[in-house]
Amino acid sequence: MDIPYTVQPRPDTGLYNAKLGIWLFLASEVMLFGGLFSGYVLLRVGADQWPHGWLSVPLGTTNTVILALSAITTLLAWVACKVGQFGKFKFFHACTLLLALTFLCIKGYEYHDKWIHYEIKLNDGTFADGHLVGKSADFDLAKKTGTFTIHGRIVTDENDLYDLRAQKNIQLREIAVPAADIKSMENYGPWHNTYLALYFTLTGLHALHILGGSLVIGYLWGPGRRMWKTDPKRFTNRIEVSGLFWHFVDLVWIFLFPVLYLT
Amino acid sequence: MTESKTAEPHSAPLVDASPAHEHPVDFNNYVRRCVFIFIAILCAVSLMIWVSFLPEHYSWAEKMGMILAVACANALVVAGFLMHLLSEKKMIYTLLGFTVFFVIGLFVLTICATNDFPTGTTFH
Repeated sequence: MDIPYTVQPRPDTGLYNAKLGIWLFLASEVMLFGGLFSGYVLLRVGADQWPHGWLSVPLGTTNTVILALSAITTLLAWVACKVGQFGKFKFFHACTLLLALTFLCIKGYEYHDKWIHYEIKLNDGTFADGHLVGKSADFDLAKKTGTFTIHGRIVTDENDLYDLRAQKNIQLREIAVPAADIKSMENYGPWHNTYLALYFTLTGLHALHILGGSLVIGYLWGPGRRMWKTDPKRFTNRIEVSGLFWHFVDLVWIFLFPVLYLT
Repeated sequence: MTESKTAEPHSAPLVDASPAHEHPVDFNNYVRRCVFIFIAILCAVSLMIWVSFLPEHYSWAEKMGMILAVACANALVVAGFLMHLLSEKKMIYTLLGFTVFFVIGLFVLTICATNDFPTGTTFH
């Protein structure tokens, strides 16, 4: 049995079914991210202090440009299908896929950077903050043995760790902290504070969308392109629908970038 | 690649009844348009970053307002041109109208609930 209205628009909606379907899906996605953004507003407005400069603006900007470029290549892949230039479609879709994977790699690097970043509260009331360099083989916080080495700095007030933008010429050095001097320690994971919880939740969900979109794009670029031989119009519509999803992912990032990196 | 050979029979431009594509598609024209859009997005991103580094006599709320205004303009460019929202069917506008209504409601309800605390809440 043929699926109706995969190419021709339905008389009542004026759209082929997949296009109406993707817009309904995107509407639900707007509600999903809208809920998270409203949660961000609520927590941000109610917070006594908020970190500034914790994320790398150059890396965030690079990812923004990469996503914008991938949105362009997605559109051009669809246009190439419309004009019947399958070779160009393959090229632009491959570009989109590569850009998406680059985005995920950069995001993974940023996550790793936060994962190995530690805030260590010392027994004398000061704080050692920096990235993990290494720990001795006998390091055990519970038994208070060994040393934990970071590349960072020591501050007397925890508030000094919050606004990195306001501080100039921060001197970092290698610090070996004996376990016996450590009162407590925690890495910059989502449990560290509200800001990082929001950061990992929002960007993690967004990265999952990038991953899902990449799988679809990869399928259409690989095994899915066989449909071009049998039903090119329907294939072109599939490219359009996947492209709409990709543009939405780009739209979400347009708001995530300033909200998390620039404020 | 076999696809390259089989692509030949479909080399003629495809035509369908979708509103954004009622006219014949000119690939080069699209490329030119995309270059302009990409430059516009780059300008918007640069502007956001510049605003975020403005001196401290601008309050956080002022900076945030300016940045979000630029982000909204950027989003309109992406939605309008790349997603073809400038020339879509009425059905999609209706759908998006409902979506905008509910999202605004979501934000308003959240903000209204900012000072609501369950009975018995204590502050330290």
